[in-house]
Amino acid sequence: MSTSPIPATADKVSVTDLQRIASQVRRDIVRQVHGVQSGHPGGSLGCADFFTALYFKVLRHDPAKWDMDGKDQDLFFLSNGHVSPVWYSVLARSGYFPVQELATFRKLNTRLQGHPTTHEGLPGVRMASGSLGQGMSVAIGAALAKKLNGDDHLVYSLHGDGELQEGQIWEAAMFAAAKKVDNLISTVDYNGRQIDGDVEDVLPLGDLRAKWEAFGWDVLETNGNDMAALLKTLDAARTRTGQGRPVMILMRTEMGQGVDFMMNSHEWHGIAPNDQQLASALGQLEETLGDY
Amino acid sequence: MTAYPVLDQKDTRSGFGAGLLELGRRNPNVVALCADLTGSLKMDAFKKEFPDRFFQVGIAEANMMGIAAGLTIGGKIPYTGTFANFSTGRVYDQVRQSIAYAGKNVKICASHAGLTLGEDGATHQILEDIGLMRMLPDMTVVVPADFNQTKQATMAIAEHEGPVYLRFGRPKWPVFIPADMPFTIGKAQVLVEGADVTLIACGHLVWTALKAAEELAAKGIQAEVINMHTIKPLDVETVLRSVERTRCVVTCEEHNRHGGLGDAVAQALAQHRPTPQEFVAVNDTFGESGTPDQLLRKYGLDVPDIVLAAHRAIARR
Repeated sequence: MSTSPIPATADKVSVTDLQRIASQVRRDIVRQVHGVQSGHPGGSLGCADFFTALYFKVLRHDPAKWDMDGKDQDLFFLSNGHVSPVWYSVLARSGYFPVQELATFRKLNTRLQGHPTTHEGLPGVRMASGSLGQGMSVAIGAALAKKLNGDDHLVYSLHGDGELQEGQIWEAAMFAAAKKVDNLISTVDYNGRQIDGDVEDVLPLGDLRAKWEAFGWDVLETNGNDMAALLKTLDAARTRTGQGRPVMILMRTEMGQGVDFMMNSHEWHGIAPNDQQLASALGQLEETLGDY
Repeated sequence: MTAYPVLDQKDTRSGFGAGLLELGRRNPNVVALCADLTGSLKMDAFKKEFPDRFFQVGIAEANMMGIAAGLTIGGKIPYTGTFANFSTGRVYDQVRQSIAYAGKNVKICASHAGLTLGEDGATHQILEDIGLMRMLPDMTVVVPADFNQTKQATMAIAEHEGPVYLRFGRPKWPVFIPADMPFTIGKAQVLVEGADVTLIACGHLVWTALKAAEELAAKGIQAEVINMHTIKPLDVETVLRSVERTRCVVTCEEHNRHGGLGDAVAQALAQHRPTPQEFVAVNDTFGESGTPDQLLRKYGLDVPDIVLAAHRAIARR
């Protein structure tokens, strides 16, 4: 068992390395949720590849220099806070806090609250999220602060597709384009599922690409569960910053990706696996870095 | 009794505008956001002098609160400006999660609070905002009394690390707080000393309470007048020191009787020194269109209402 953080040597990390990290991240997700018998495994598994790519390859960040202001660091804001297990895993595995702390997820007195927050001072988290629709506005504010500070680092945000039903998202979308917030890369976990069922059945989003383009964003699309494609798109997104438009990446993902019985359904949005289901899930996910 | 001459007639929102401009010159980290009410909030001068530090967000208050929260990350001190209704009720969840719970150093500056908004009517006359904001953990709630104090408070809250709700209003109102009177967040001001009844007021009604104290004095009743410009944290010590002598209290506020200054004082008294209290406040109803003076009279927030309440309070000692 080895649970030492992975050094931020992003340049040398290969697609294969990232896939191996993502496998461990997925183990962390199901183990966290199983350990407290609550939480949101489906969406967390679906965007595990994105989080892994972001924290181990893309973000220019130094966990050792963590502070709230994050000057001279790329920043990430999680708007759909319920996928906290995946974020906690990559934060711990990249060195923001001890990996063993993942065992405290959602338990009394933990820093790893059900939904992420700054309240308990967890390193790596700069905003509370959980009530949906608020994170893009916050990311815009942080991006504006970077511009005012002459800091050329970028701000990233992640949103659920169901979350796009919140009106504040579109207030933020309009503002970011109108005010040329071009140091912002927002991403959508486009898995087509939400709590009550398929997004298509609950409240269809229509032509999402056309909507973001109509709002004035530079839109990229990718398969969010294909590590190579994801990296290529994230690289492309970076090259498209600083050109007067905010950048949006629509990432097609599969809720529950990596655990067969959690895929192809919304059922595993917010329920925990039992002991047998955990064993089955872990049997499908290689332990590459050592469980916490 | 000490006299407070009327120095001028000015709106408290202009005190905010003046304070914001002066603060902008002193502190380069101060930025301002407005949701299409720059003129109403008197933010034009700041906008003109600091165009790079002013963000017009349009009619999108939820987005404004989120952007303000984000701007604190990187060391900015954002001041949001819109009407009190749109600063609180409309965006309560954004303020709660992205600002208060997240502990962000945002200054929520709210104009046109209370009945004295006047003719626009009840949709805009929020009478619940003090209650909404003081219920949020770690939120500081400041309700200054006049132009001079609103200017002072606008600058003082920049020095306070953490979220602040600053409430002020629309109408021209007597300016009576000397510009050099010290202002400290959380430290009430005893404007008039008296031993018969304590009048505790905030906002516009501080002036009304002073006038009521004059009428009471004419009848031989010495009222103590306390300007409770900070509702949270409440200056409990000053309240207790006063009621120890007067043994009765009247709270005066341009707010619903539920949730505001009266509740805050009642809670402190119930816990530390149970004392008869009368409430001059809006009696759990919405407002309506009218001039500020007409509305204050109709809803029982005028000088005679405070005088009558003082008599009731004294009778209950």
